[in-house]
Amino acid sequence: MFDFIMKDILGTPAILVGLFALFGLLLQKKAITDVVSGTLKTIMGFLILNAGATVLTGSLTIFGEMFEKAFNIEGVIPNNEAIVALSQNAFGTETAMIMLIGMIVNIVLARYTKFKYIFLTGHHTMFMACLLAAVLSTSGMGSVPLVILGSLILGALMVLLPAMLQPTVREITGSDDIAVGHFGSFGYFVAAKVAKLTGDKTKSTEEVKVPKSLGFLRDSSVALALTMTIMFLVVSLFVGPTYIEENLSDGTNFLVFSLLQAITFAAGVFIILAGVRMLIAEIVPAFKGIADKIVPNAKPALDVPIVFPFAPNAVIIGFLSSFVAGLLSMFLLPLAGLAVIVPGLVPHFFCGAAAGVFGNAVGGRRGAIIGAFVQGILISFLPAMLLPVLGSLGFEGTTFGDSDFGVVGIIIGYIINLFS
Amino acid sequence: MKILAVCGNGLGTSFILSINVNKALKELNIDGECKNMDLASAKTEVADYYIGTPEIMEQLQDGNKKTINIINMVSADEIQKALTSHILGEK
Repeated sequence: MFDFIMKDILGTPAILVGLFALFGLLLQKKAITDVVSGTLKTIMGFLILNAGATVLTGSLTIFGEMFEKAFNIEGVIPNNEAIVALSQNAFGTETAMIMLIGMIVNIVLARYTKFKYIFLTGHHTMFMACLLAAVLSTSGMGSVPLVILGSLILGALMVLLPAMLQPTVREITGSDDIAVGHFGSFGYFVAAKVAKLTGDKTKSTEEVKVPKSLGFLRDSSVALALTMTIMFLVVSLFVGPTYIEENLSDGTNFLVFSLLQAITFAAGVFIILAGVRMLIAEIVPAFKGIADKIVPNAKPALDVPIVFPFAPNAVIIGFLSSFVAGLLSMFLLPLAGLAVIVPGLVPHFFCGAAAGVFGNAVGGRRGAIIGAFVQGILISFLPAMLLPVLGSLGFEGTTFGDSDFGVVGIIIGYIINLFS
Repeated sequence: MKILAVCGNGLGTSFILSINVNKALKELNIDGECKNMDLASAKTEVADYYIGTPEIMEQLQDGNKKTINIINMVSADEIQKALTSHILGEK
């Protein structure tokens, strides 16, 4: 009986998150039809996430093999959705527990400290929970201390990181009503600091005319399919048709094969995102509802695109500057003896754009360019330095993208090394 | 009435917006529901109204969609005003 509860119910992440949703819905006194559909959809979301991981893994493995054949070094694609989906077999239960208890820690800290932030970016909460589970597990600690320690760290990050960004967010939005809750905070913080030192606040990016045609990159599935197609085609040209057609594609033309694999990768991420969307759809409103009742004057900490409408030009300028930094880093990383991080349009678009907006707010256009460039270097080097501390997860050909995952993972990994 | 809140990924921004739109719909006594979605899926999803930032709405617009622009996703005031002028104004 004990085994049944611990292993088959609490040990199956899909069932566990379903239970969270069920309790959340019951707590909010929702109608029975809402409770049933909400619970089922949460479980379905988790299973869709796993299905997406299966689609993506095939293409990722092929990319890894081609990259290694072409350049004799390992190429890693940072993609949060991919690494979290891939780790759910090993760390699914711990991830779900850390996420839930971390949210409770967040509410408690917001209630009793001066940091009144409620971190509402559900998918990032989940990614950070997964990172903490993976990195802490390399210390060999048991599941219970791992979940407790992980939740405390997660809950603390959920209030401290928005607090760190808030002075600049006030300058961007001109108000103190909203905060940014996104685990790229370290990158934006550094971007704003550098921008303040190097830039001129009076010369804003918003006076510059920027072509609107780059707007299609906001569609992240298009951006992802485009990057992967370029990457796959370049790498496949280096490998040559013979190897690919004999060993990988079963005779299909190597360019056609690469194109299909690239879009399969994007399709995999698309499926995973659909799963994540269903998964957090019930959990976040419950969290928000409870937080609203318990924490007076709570500030919602929201996903980073919330600042984009305040400086649309800085979004494009920041993205381009960050991406250039990512391309440069690709050549610098092997010189430093690190794995090559293939720059992705998605992390550079969202994080680069945000760094541009932060940079512009305190350092004008020069601040936006330089700040976003530094951010681009950070999200290239941090994921590479994170790989060794991820343990068995470090060999999957993908890793976490945004800066905080790198900073937090590397610091915890370093501390674990000190003790072991 | 079906309203779609749209952003690039369909996760963070659109999700918060959908919560706030639902709240505003209730206060304005409009019978409708708002769901969140990513830009790619929203292009082929039929809804009465689409709501989001001006940049996203511009990407979505194909000449036949009713779009509503919002700058501040958490401003209850801005959302209520936009819904009032777009939805109630038409009747």
